[in-house]
Amino acid sequence: MSDLKQQLQNVFQEPGCATNQAKGAEARKKGCTKQLAPGAAAGGCAFDGAKIALQPIADVAHLIHGPIGCEGHSWDQRNSKSSGPQLYRTSFTTAISEQDIIFGGEKHLFHAIREIVEKHDPPAIFVYQTCVPAMIGDDLVATCKAARRKFNKPVVPILAPGFAGSKNLGNKLAGEALLDYVIGTEEPDYTTPYDINIIGEYNVAGELWQVKPLLDELGIRILSCISGDGRYHQIASSHRARAAMMVCSKALINVARKMQERYGIPYFEGSFYGIEDTSDALRQIAQMLVERGADATLLARTEDVIAREEARAWAQILPFRERLMGKKVLLNTGGVKSWSMVAALQEAGMTLTGTSVKKSTAEDKERVKELLGKDAHMWESLAPREMYRMLRASEADIMLSGGRTQFVALKALMPWLDINQERHHGYAGYDGMVSLVREIDRTLANPIWSQIRQPAPWDRAEGITYATVKCL
Amino acid sequence: MAKVTISTRQCMTNPLRLSQPLGAALAFLGMDRCLPLFHGAQGCTSFGLVLLVRHFREAIPLQTTAMTEVTTVLGGIENVEQAILNIWERTDPELIGICTTGTTEVKGDDLNAYLTLIRARHPELDNVELVHVNTPDFSGAFQDGWARAVTRMIEELVEIPARGCREQNRINVLPGSHLTPGDIDELREMIEAFGLQATFLPDLSGSLDGHIPDEFTATTLGGCSVDDVHQMGNAAWTLAIGTQMHGAAITLEHRTGVPYRLFDRLTGLACCDDFLAFLSEISGCPVPPRYRRLRGQLVDAMLDGHFYFGGKQIAIAAEPDLLWTMTNWLHEMGAEIIGAVTSTMSPLLEQVPASEVVLGDLDDLETSAAGANLILANSQARQASERLHVPLFRIGMPIFDRLGTAHITTVGYRATRDLIFTIGNLLIDAGHDPTPATWVHEEKQNMPSSAFNILPS
Repeated sequence: MSDLKQQLQNVFQEPGCATNQAKGAEARKKGCTKQLAPGAAAGGCAFDGAKIALQPIADVAHLIHGPIGCEGHSWDQRNSKSSGPQLYRTSFTTAISEQDIIFGGEKHLFHAIREIVEKHDPPAIFVYQTCVPAMIGDDLVATCKAARRKFNKPVVPILAPGFAGSKNLGNKLAGEALLDYVIGTEEPDYTTPYDINIIGEYNVAGELWQVKPLLDELGIRILSCISGDGRYHQIASSHRARAAMMVCSKALINVARKMQERYGIPYFEGSFYGIEDTSDALRQIAQMLVERGADATLLARTEDVIAREEARAWAQILPFRERLMGKKVLLNTGGVKSWSMVAALQEAGMTLTGTSVKKSTAEDKERVKELLGKDAHMWESLAPREMYRMLRASEADIMLSGGRTQFVALKALMPWLDINQERHHGYAGYDGMVSLVREIDRTLANPIWSQIRQPAPWDRAEGITYATVKCL
Repeated sequence: MAKVTISTRQCMTNPLRLSQPLGAALAFLGMDRCLPLFHGAQGCTSFGLVLLVRHFREAIPLQTTAMTEVTTVLGGIENVEQAILNIWERTDPELIGICTTGTTEVKGDDLNAYLTLIRARHPELDNVELVHVNTPDFSGAFQDGWARAVTRMIEELVEIPARGCREQNRINVLPGSHLTPGDIDELREMIEAFGLQATFLPDLSGSLDGHIPDEFTATTLGGCSVDDVHQMGNAAWTLAIGTQMHGAAITLEHRTGVPYRLFDRLTGLACCDDFLAFLSEISGCPVPPRYRRLRGQLVDAMLDGHFYFGGKQIAIAAEPDLLWTMTNWLHEMGAEIIGAVTSTMSPLLEQVPASEVVLGDLDDLETSAAGANLILANSQARQASERLHVPLFRIGMPIFDRLGTAHITTVGYRATRDLIFTIGNLLIDAGHDPTPATWVHEEKQNMPSSAFNILPS
């Protein structure tokens, strides 16, 4: 466990994290995981977070060392897309048994790695620790080291057993594994002054591909996306990028910051959700590349693209304004930056009943206040019972949230739209925001709502008028 | 007779097996005003919850004791206590079903002792039933966890009946985990047609059938009530559906003296005949005309359908009782089972009408399904189906890419009839049209390809 302890301390000391830096030395040591309330907790574990962060790397075999509950319930569930290899969707697990627990699972794990090498010969194998092997003391680092030597192939230990903490902590522990074992171990085939890394983008529903055409048009190359539609070689050679964009700020900040420290790659925090955000992100990418030696004309070319795309997006949203004017939205998101969506929804004529700010930074919260005015409702967490009440009382016309709270809305007979990681529509970039508005309109305009809210004839106030002939 | 082999691979690839605690949780989800609780790290609950939500398209009440590294090592009594109190305060349940996980089993947390202590400390919990079940996820599988949870509920909740209060028209039904809410509804209709009243333990048709509650409910939305379980000793008979429920039925008989009859499956003509004949026998009612008509319709469907099933090669991956049901029924329709993969041991496996049954994963299924006409498995087999270009009919759990999984019905005459139509139609679609190359024999195929090249180049 000493490896894990070391990793945890690394993550807890993260100087790039504002929340972390605001704490005293003692508080920092205790870590950033909030104490969970047994019987009243929701959310994934550290292993969940690690897998979410790394599993989109498409050509790697992801092997989970643990009992069946860890991998058996969760494989191939996420809609993270690959443009090529599909190996990441194949599930590998040791599914350890009582015997492994008694005699130790290291040999079992080693043979499992051998089988993967023999059958699939992937460029690398990522091996994930889980609670039970961590408890019995299986030395994942040593086993992976032995396998690496034996098979002459990168075998990367990911030390994030579930009970180490939250999903978010797992994201960061996964990042540490990349920093320790992957990034900087290979060289790119060639480099250009227009090479960037995108960190913390998972290509859910193909969202990376909603933005990539714009970068392509500007001649900007995504040297590596960590980890959406990723390839092992790209990530191993990502240390040669000129600049980096960190997308999901809370997830992989340690990767961005340490790559700046080790390889001098400057990064900024940005988002592809929302029209203004996308423009800002493109601007910042161009600015950073120019500062690091790219041709200065990139700036002007970027502005041209932004102007064209913004005009096109607003023009496409305009027809919805009349239909959506005054509709009230309840926004309940985790990772997606609330305020950048708020701006787009307001532009389409909708008003926000309230928004969750669970994972937002202080700065984000200020922006939300600015946009919503002083009456803004912001929740750290909103209990399902309260959501249900608000929807039933028509304080909102639609809820945008993740799958967990889907049925709170639907059982209240209210429209709902999935904006979480299992979603099937991409909402990134300019096209994505137009899609979001279109989907909201499509959901709200569906004719089912008026029918299903009508009680059955025999339940209506006026009741049924019975014919005079009595049934016998 | 099938040879039962255990996969010797060390790396399980594309798992079929789901865990014991999840099976136990689903059993508790068939209880009214219940909240299942996993004693483990919060990920155990989170993964299981998402799987059930996506399968049923319903909110799933499922909580966690949120064990951390430290509490796991030191023992989790505080976490169990706090979890129970939190659930009790927030959701006012009638029953809390506590399932252990691999982590807390490895540590060896003694739930029996914990609950005794917690009961002593908290008299305010007297009106809540607490049932715990040992379900390590490093052994057994989904249907084992389900069966264990049902057995534990019988042990904890069924009252020893007083002499002479047996009700002749009351029966107990112990459905296996492979039966859907739709199946339970179908069974209830059949049983009530004979003037019998049935208590289903558990009853998913009350909780996960997809109804709209009048107000927000943090526990299950319905199901078998604790009070019904108390009274199960007063029934005249217990019907166990699926061999996984054999142990639970025996436990109930030992405890209450209620005799049981085990039905290993209810899909197909002959086994449904047995079932209805039995209901007729114990109720003293003749089989109602409606079921005589349905039987005729099933016979007709078998006549119409057998052309498309006969000789078709089918590969199946499912838990033992569902595998048993589907392989036998397809065998009765004339199909050949070329691959049978399952998740856990069962006394039935050797009698499955296939040459081999593999305790393995969906990779084993993929190997055996090459060249098959149809695959029967859960949604996770979609990748195998795509790679092999063999259509997939979804059975079991999870099914996350189809609507209406709660209402897929396979028990009784009507459901068997409809199953013939649905699967028969798939087999019709999967038929291959002849081409000029169809009747070209092997030795001729070695001739220069141009001899057969009828397509314009």
